[in-house]
Amino acid sequence: MHALELSGVTKTFTMHLQGGLRLPVLRDVSFSVAPGQCVALTGPSGTGKSSILKLIYGNYRCDEGHILVRQGETAVDIAAVPPRQILSVRQNALGYVTQFLRAVPRVSALDIVAEPLVMKAVPREDATARAAAMLKRFNVPERLWSLPPATFSGGEQQRINLARGLLPEHPVLLLDEPTASLDANNRAVVIDIVRERKRQGAAIVAIVHDDEVREAISDTNVDVTKFAVAA
Amino acid sequence: MSFAENEQPLLVAESLSKYYGHRLGCRDASFELYEGEVMAVVGESGSGKSTLLQLLSGQIEPSAGRILYRMRDGANADLWSLSEPMRRFLFRTDWGYVHQDPQHGLRMGVSAGGNVGERLMAVGWRNYADIRGAAADWLARVEIPEARIDDTPRTYSGGMRQRLQIARNLVTAPRLIFMDEPTGGLDVSVQARLLDLLRRIVSEMRIAAIVVTHDLAVARLLSNRIMVMKSGAVIETGLTDQVLDDPHEPYTQLLVSSILPA
Repeated sequence: MHALELSGVTKTFTMHLQGGLRLPVLRDVSFSVAPGQCVALTGPSGTGKSSILKLIYGNYRCDEGHILVRQGETAVDIAAVPPRQILSVRQNALGYVTQFLRAVPRVSALDIVAEPLVMKAVPREDATARAAAMLKRFNVPERLWSLPPATFSGGEQQRINLARGLLPEHPVLLLDEPTASLDANNRAVVIDIVRERKRQGAAIVAIVHDDEVREAISDTNVDVTKFAVAA
Repeated sequence: MSFAENEQPLLVAESLSKYYGHRLGCRDASFELYEGEVMAVVGESGSGKSTLLQLLSGQIEPSAGRILYRMRDGANADLWSLSEPMRRFLFRTDWGYVHQDPQHGLRMGVSAGGNVGERLMAVGWRNYADIRGAAADWLARVEIPEARIDDTPRTYSGGMRQRLQIARNLVTAPRLIFMDEPTGGLDVSVQARLLDLLRRIVSEMRIAAIVVTHDLAVARLLSNRIMVMKSGAVIETGLTDQVLDDPHEPYTQLLVSSILPA
């Protein structure tokens, strides 16, 4: 059984403020990811790579097709289930890491990283300890842990976001440019953790522009150009 | 929030409508709300969102449709089949209602401690020291200094009044809380503090909430799900990030595109 399977996924945006302009973006997206496998989406900017990740996460609504995510012994079709069940899949089975941190006022970096575990009912002490270990791994200085990250540098914010997204060990993981503004050290940390997650059986879909990083983590490339609808 | 299989909804709205004479307040609203879920209702002034909130909280009777509420004993009650005293008891204990203007949700001439303690007395607390202790505890949770416990809300700032109103509502550990533009009249720094407080408390206590707001940032920060209203009707629903990032209806697209970037 695949950990993730897309079949016939189609997405068109209708822009009502531009007189109902229809923007077809993706047509018949079909691919699957096995546990422990990393698929890299490739293709030039604007072909819809990020849109595919957003469709899988349920952030964009799917017009046609199926997006099956394995949760335990069953497969949930993200394209068909009610919002409440998508939340449940996100909490238990599906992680999504972007390069941008959506900072919440007044919440410390440590709590932001620990939050997904707390939501999964991991005891707070345990969650905090694991969050601390993750921040350490990403070389975030300890003096920053208790501060809200709104004022941190771009690279620091990105590392906090990565720590948060990679901590819960979800069986399906979506990575959108995880190494975009990281230095070589921290890029190596990301590569390490992604390989670790693969050994644990996670299925990963990644968008990585850095060739070196992509070669280090991906098993298969899927060229998104073939799904893109020519504008 | 967490998810249990086969869980029953806490609140069910079935085809709720309200007419004021011939004028439509709200038409055919249906949804389910589960324990610990936060739903935002957004839309411009006059879209029917406040009418919907008043309907759901039993303050006005629907012209059509019904509201089912799962009581603590697990039985589903039709809100308007309950006796008036029972409905009022629910409102004072199991539910909370946070008004946009704290003056409407507080007793302005009564001390802060008294404002919080009053809800406890409504559920049978009698011991003065216990009531004062619980009130002090809740003032601390909403970051009001204990030294201000005997002052009346008249002497409080707008932000403090709103936090006091929240403490008053939450002290009875309600399962459902209604909020009408909770950050409405507050300036931005005070808003952020209040939002963070609400977010934390609601998730720790697993309270279900329905938040009426015209501020999409508030909806994004607080809610899991969103309902967009226009001219008395619900026009779009879904996960909050879904509706805000991939809005389908023309009016929702207009709302989302009208936000000024910070």
